[in-house]
Amino acid sequence: MIDKRMGSISETLQGLLQDGSTLMVGGFGDAGVPFELLHGILDAGARNLTIISNNAGTGNRGISALLNAGRVKKIICSYPRSRGAIVIDRIFKANEIELEVIPQGTPIERIRCAGAGLGGFYTPTGAGTPLAEGKEVRLINGREHLFEEPLRCDLSLLKADRADRWGNLVYSKAARNFSPIMATAAEHTLVQVREFVALGELHPESIVTPGIFVDRLVVIGEAS
Amino acid sequence: MSITEILTNIKPLSRKQIAWRAAQDVVDGSYVNLGIGIPTLIANYVVPDKEVVYHSENGLLGVGPPPKPGKEALDLVNASKQLVTLRAGGSYFNTAESFAMMRGKHLTSVFMGAFQVSEHGDLANWATNDKGLMPSIGGAMDLSVGCKKVGVLMNQLTQDGQLRILKECSYPLTAKGVVKRLYTDLAVIDVTPAGLVVREKIVNLEFAVLQQLSEAKLRLADDWCELVPPEIL
Repeated sequence: MIDKRMGSISETLQGLLQDGSTLMVGGFGDAGVPFELLHGILDAGARNLTIISNNAGTGNRGISALLNAGRVKKIICSYPRSRGAIVIDRIFKANEIELEVIPQGTPIERIRCAGAGLGGFYTPTGAGTPLAEGKEVRLINGREHLFEEPLRCDLSLLKADRADRWGNLVYSKAARNFSPIMATAAEHTLVQVREFVALGELHPESIVTPGIFVDRLVVIGEAS
Repeated sequence: MSITEILTNIKPLSRKQIAWRAAQDVVDGSYVNLGIGIPTLIANYVVPDKEVVYHSENGLLGVGPPPKPGKEALDLVNASKQLVTLRAGGSYFNTAESFAMMRGKHLTSVFMGAFQVSEHGDLANWATNDKGLMPSIGGAMDLSVGCKKVGVLMNQLTQDGQLRILKECSYPLTAKGVVKRLYTDLAVIDVTPAGLVVREKIVNLEFAVLQQLSEAKLRLADDWCELVPPEIL
């Protein structure tokens, strides 16, 4: 019997979160951000976290709440600057965070490599820029490419629309973004979902993330 | 002549008029990515008889106009995090697939903003030399290395009168040698192997004056024409 449903956010995180953990967080802007799981991390009290996500939060919730509480040592993202990104802007200026900014297509492919058991890849993105410093450069078809290594994490925190007990996932619109790839590269993939459905109800042709990549699910209903 | 004196005699394009001018270069049947800022406005000025599929880096093809009141879907946003709609025929996909479309040269054209552009088409639009400005890249590096036609929309000068069209960018590069055409508030300028060529310039702007507003050397095309935008409120 496989049933990946957990009864609560705290049960979903139970035994998996440690000081110093590396977390991947799905979402682009607010679309697809697992706010309830992030607030569960805040409640669980872990410190010295490393967060990998596209943005660095806006307002005072989600990633911003963790940053504001001083729980995050390092954040790796592509676009921290956003209207309302008040917390990251303040702690960046105060030099209270290690911020690594990378081009969005590179982390997603690094994560994909980790999840697919590959040793990395060469990309033209970033060649000839300051981001090339310290990286292996190789000419492919006469063009400079940078070698990028796979990127793994301890926990992936994701949000999906619907799931069944095997952990098969369907997303909502543009809330999909990083999540199907992040699901593949974590020691444990934890997903908050709006709705739980019976096994067989998700059409096999429409399942976006097969349940093999998912460890635990928690039903939130209409999320914040 | 000081920059202030120059600017009193001419009427630079507004942000919307710069977007209008770029929209004239969007071709029927193309796949187009519009960057954050002025480029996002371009879709408003593409005539409806052109069928254009807009790509958004967060995993959308077929981006439509903003939703009508009451029809908003919070999970449906564009790269600028604005609420949008999806046209019939549109699709959703993950970030890896979205960036494969960029690097894999599947997009027809991309329009972006910039801090600086060099005479070689080098692009700088993710960081300045100001340590207090948080750097942000997003999709800009992948878009600019992967797209055949990269257009940049920006004012000729910064708000404090600094030149943006330079011999070499002084800010960290986004990508080398990628920009093909510049749309400024004063002119349309092509990046060619022989240097920067002015195709269009606004009324009453002497070429010698335009040259003063670019550190990089400009050449006026033999068949240059006047850039005359419509009034846009």
